Amino acid sequence: MGKTRITPKVLHDEHKFCAGCGHGTVFRMVAEVLEEKGLDSKAIGIVAVGCSGIMVDSFGIDWIQAQHGRAAAVATGVKRVRDDNFVLTYQGDGDALCIGIAETLNAAIRNENITTIVLNNGVFGMTGGQMSSTTLIGQKTKTSTKGRSAELHGQPLDIFNLLKNFNVAYLARGTITNFKEINKTKNYIRKAVEAQLNNKGYSMVEIVAPCPTNWKLDPVKCMKKIEDEFIPYYKLGEFTNGEVI
Amino acid sequence: MKKKLMKGNQALAEGAIRAGCRFYAGYPITPQTEIVEYMSDRMLEVDGNYVQAESEIGAISMVYGAASCGYRAMTSSSGPGFVLKQEGISYIASAELPAVIINVQRIGSGLGDISPAQDNYILSVKGGGHGDYRPIVYAPSSVQENLDYTLLAFEKAEQYRTPVVLLSDGAIGQMMESVRIPDMQQHDPNKFEWALKGKQSGKNKIVTSNMYYHEQDKYGRYTQDAYAAYGRYLADKVKNIQENEQLYEEKYLDDADVVLVSYGISSRICKAAIETARKEGIKLGLIRPISLFPFPNKAFDKLSDSLKGIICVEMNSWGQMVDDIKLAVNGRIPVHMYASSAYIPDEDTIIKMAKEILNSDAKEVL
Repeated sequence: MGKTRITPKVLHDEHKFCAGCGHGTVFRMVAEVLEEKGLDSKAIGIVAVGCSGIMVDSFGIDWIQAQHGRAAAVATGVKRVRDDNFVLTYQGDGDALCIGIAETLNAAIRNENITTIVLNNGVFGMTGGQMSSTTLIGQKTKTSTKGRSAELHGQPLDIFNLLKNFNVAYLARGTITNFKEINKTKNYIRKAVEAQLNNKGYSMVEIVAPCPTNWKLDPVKCMKKIEDEFIPYYKLGEFTNGEVI
Repeated sequence: MKKKLMKGNQALAEGAIRAGCRFYAGYPITPQTEIVEYMSDRMLEVDGNYVQAESEIGAISMVYGAASCGYRAMTSSSGPGFVLKQEGISYIASAELPAVIINVQRIGSGLGDISPAQDNYILSVKGGGHGDYRPIVYAPSSVQENLDYTLLAFEKAEQYRTPVVLLSDGAIGQMMESVRIPDMQQHDPNKFEWALKGKQSGKNKIVTSNMYYHEQDKYGRYTQDAYAAYGRYLADKVKNIQENEQLYEEKYLDDADVVLVSYGISSRICKAAIETARKEGIKLGLIRPISLFPFPNKAFDKLSDSLKGIICVEMNSWGQMVDDIKLAVNGRIPVHMYASSAYIPDEDTIIKMAKEILNSDAKEVL
């Protein structure tokens, strides 16, 4: 008999993401870690605008829906007044790293004792697959129909190249292309959560994940695209003080 | 209750502390920076939270977070920064949270300059953020009122679960006057059933646009009926505020031939002008709106149809409040405009205009 994985109780309803979307796996991992740490009754989460906002319907913790990009600032307000609560932001790359880059960076610079989970699929998902800060060179989107070009659009943003310069508690990047990577990523989330519980300050886990609908690929091909194209640019691992751990 | 000589901006900040405000996020901009400075020290003394935000947008977003948890939270700015806060004010209004936002007006659109003016009436009173909301707006006219109306702002913000704007200006913010400082109020952030604390026991809460709490169909979609019900709910809320929260000061309305209408710093010149004019036998009166939303229509209802005219006195270039006055009198009384632009309105001009109206030489504002 193999082990049965039990759905965390905090997930009280079926999610409404597209089939094959990375959010389902990622927020399941977040739910598992919160439940394992006994945090689901203490957690206050902040989502903003975009697909990540859908999760509030099925993920049963207290949530605030922030303005687009402002989750890190809203989380700052929450954590400063309710420092006994566990405070996380759950965001996409368009939200946390394009429009919200100022709020994200400054929360990290202040070393706010919050945890940020960023799902990076290189597109604005909810609006139909436009280019984001993390779209790869050559990647075709609705607003880079000939593929992203460095000359026209600039280089894709590797957030850890910025954040690792600051005195933050914990940074990691994982993916969900197979069980091994899923387990590694879950461990990163666990460490990020512990960083906050130990009052160490800011922690972020970026998770490279598929968007089958907007990449116009089936879920299996999506995983191959992540391995072949995303991971060579967005290096996986834990990052601190300018070093890969 | 002790008395102290204070700067307007400091009195306002102390008012927030006395109201039990324990979260303030700010960003420097003249002429409101003393609020930021005062809070950076004072919040430490009362075991509160001060955050110097990365931007005005960051600051209002932090207020959104703290207000979601039931804390009395405030931010402040001046024109160019207040504009940036509108995004967050709209979200706070939509989520029906209490919060206080200060706008210490300065002159000009664009960069403008740091000198006092009354250029932000439309921005602050009519909205500026997206969607269907009307914040309550108070306009203090003295250092004491900067403090008093900050306390009232927190009270009304909670009563109606709405952002409240305090529309002060650079003159009141920078001047010093003697202030009565009230005792410290205690605020319990856990007393609200809507405040986030983590779900602890029971159902989790979601702070988002309250549109989402209105009726959905079985697929979780918002029906036309649900949108209409949400619209009616908002209309009732606004109507309730309009009916019950009109605040104004009046002077000599019983026998006035010409009535001045002016708020904030300009109203103080008007008060002096009335007394000077009465010595000359010219019967001037005054309506000073204290709540700019709701606009004090009740004060205008009292005015006789035989009144010779109304003069709106404002420190901007063309008159931003005058439309509200014209709506309030609904064509019954001629409305004139004295827009003094960058200069403090002067008594002589007010009295000269009143004489012209009485001699039927004056032209109404269009």
